[in-house]
Amino acid sequence: MTYLAEKTVMAHPALACNFLNFKLHSPLVLASGIIGTSAGLMTRAARHGAGMITAKSCGPAPRAGHPNPVALDWEHGLINAIGLTNPGAEEEARLLAETQTQLRPLGVPLIASIFAGTVTEFAQVARTVASAQPDLLEVNISCPNVGDEFGTPFAGTCESAAAVTESVKNAVTCPVSIKLAPNVPDIARIAAAVVEAGADAITAINTMPGMVIEPVSGRPVLSNRVGGISGPALKPIALRCVYEIAQAVSVPIIGTGGVSTGKDAAEMLLAGATVVGVGSAVYYRGVTALEQIGQELAAFMEEQRIWSVEALRVRG
Amino acid sequence: MPTIGIPQPFTITAIKTENVATKTFSLAGSLAAEPGQFVMVWLPGYEDKPFSLANANPIRLTIAAVGPLSQALHRLQVGDSLWLRGPLGRGYKLHLPVQGVRRIALVGGGYGVAPLLFLAQEAQALGLQVSAIIGARTAASLLLVEDFTALGLPPLLTTEDGSAGQPGRVTDALRLLLAGSSQRPQAVFACGPVGMLRAVADMAAQADLPIQVGWEAHMRCGIGLCGSCEVGQGWLTCLDGPVFAFNPVQAKEKGTGST
Repeated sequence: MTYLAEKTVMAHPALACNFLNFKLHSPLVLASGIIGTSAGLMTRAARHGAGMITAKSCGPAPRAGHPNPVALDWEHGLINAIGLTNPGAEEEARLLAETQTQLRPLGVPLIASIFAGTVTEFAQVARTVASAQPDLLEVNISCPNVGDEFGTPFAGTCESAAAVTESVKNAVTCPVSIKLAPNVPDIARIAAAVVEAGADAITAINTMPGMVIEPVSGRPVLSNRVGGISGPALKPIALRCVYEIAQAVSVPIIGTGGVSTGKDAAEMLLAGATVVGVGSAVYYRGVTALEQIGQELAAFMEEQRIWSVEALRVRG
Repeated sequence: MPTIGIPQPFTITAIKTENVATKTFSLAGSLAAEPGQFVMVWLPGYEDKPFSLANANPIRLTIAAVGPLSQALHRLQVGDSLWLRGPLGRGYKLHLPVQGVRRIALVGGGYGVAPLLFLAQEAQALGLQVSAIIGARTAASLLLVEDFTALGLPPLLTTEDGSAGQPGRVTDALRLLLAGSSQRPQAVFACGPVGMLRAVADMAAQADLPIQVGWEAHMRCGIGLCGSCEVGQGWLTCLDGPVFAFNPVQAKEKGTGST
C-alpha cells in the first residue's frame, strides 16, 4: 500500500525568528504529547509549518497508559488522561535519534521531553535521552513527586522544581527548558526558582486539571476520571501565566495553551512568549495546523505593519 | 467537528442478529455524517471503541462481539442505551476528483461491509451506478446481503470455502468486473481486512482506477493526539482517515513519489 508523499511547505519569511542559539523558520512549536510518537509523524509536522518539534514525554520505564476513554472534545476545549504512554527512555532515545536524521536537514530543532518520579531519576532519564542529541531537553515536572507524602507534582513547589532543574542541568550539556504547571498559587515564583537553578528556557503551560461528567450515566467519562484541559478554554489561563513569567524572568519562553489561530499566536507572543507551542489545534485543524496558523500570523503581522516576530513580542 | 464531543446516550430501537457473533443496532437518533466516518462507542465502566457507521439517519452500528465492550453491547436489549461520540475521521468522498465518474464498485470483506452499505445509499442518491462485491470466509459470515439487495443492489458474493456465491476472494470477483469493457467501474471503494485492502488497492492501481479504502486501527484518543492509530509513515487513521484515497492517475501526472 503506498501513499502520496507530501512536499515540505516553506514558511513565510516574516516568521523567521531566534530561540536560544537556533534560527527557526517559524515561531510555532509542536507541543509535547501531540503526534510526537514516531519519526514519521514528527517529520510530517516539521514539513508542515513547525519551527520546532517536541516529542512525546518519556520516562524511566515503558508505560502502557490508561485504559480508554482517554480523551474527548468537551466543546470549549479538550480533556485528556492518556497516562504518559511511552516506550521508556532507552527506546525513546533510539526513536529520537531516528527522528533527528530527518529533522536536521529541514532545519527544525527537536525537543525531547522527559518525566520521572524522583530527582535522581530525572537525571538518569535525561542522560539516556541526551544520547540521542536532541537540540533541547524539556522537563515535564507536572508528574507527582513519589517521594512526597501527598504526591505533590514537582511543579508545585519552588524547592522541588529547582531541585529537578539542578539535577537535570548537571546531567546534560544540551539546553534545558522546564515545563511549568498552571495549577499553582504563584507561577512567577516557580519560574524564577527554576531559572536561578539553571533553566535555559521555560515552557508554559502544561494542561490544567479538570473533569468531564456525563450526567445521564452520572460518571466522569475518562477512565482516570481527572484529565488535563487543553485547547481554547486554556488560552486565557496560559496567557496570564506567560505574562507573569515574562515579568519575572528573562530566559526565552515557549508559550503554550489554547493557540488555534494566527491571532491566538500573536496574543501569546504579546504576552511575552518567544515562541508559541501548539497542540490541541492539530485536532481542530489537522496535521497542517501549524502551517495554517503560521500563514494567519504572517497575514496579521503584515496588516499591523509588524515586520518580525521579535517586534511583536516586545510590543506587548 | 463532531456533533457530539462528550459521549451521549442513545436508546436502542431495534436489534437485528446478523449471525452468531454479529448484531446490528438501530438507535433513536441521527448524525450528520459521511459514510466511512466512525463513532467511539462507550458503556460506562468499559473502554470506548471505534465503530464505522452503517447508517447515519437513523444511526445504525453493526457490531461483532469480540471483546469486553462489544460483548457487553450484545447483552443489551431494545430500550437500553449505549453512548457514543462523533462522527470522527474522514469518510469516503463521492464527489470524485476524476471527471465524469458514473460507475463505482464497492468491495467489502468481513465486517467492512457495514460502512459500504451507508456509502451505497449515498451513491445511489447521487445517481451513480453501483456494483457491490461482498466476501467472507464462509456463507454464515456474509453480512448485510439482504440490505444491499433491498437497495436494488444485489451484491456479487464470494466465499473462501465456496458455501455461497463464487468460490474465492473478493479480488476474483473484482477482476471479472474490471475485465468487462462497457460497464467497467471507474472508481473503487473498499473496506475490510488489511490483506484484502492491499490486494484490492494493487488491483485498482494496475487498472489505473482511483481507490478509497477504509482503514482500521486500534484507537485510544480517536481525535488525533496520541499517535496510537498511526499507519504508514506519519498518517493517523482517526484524523487523516479512516478513509485513505489513492489516485494512481494523479500520481503519475504529478510525478509524485510514494512513501
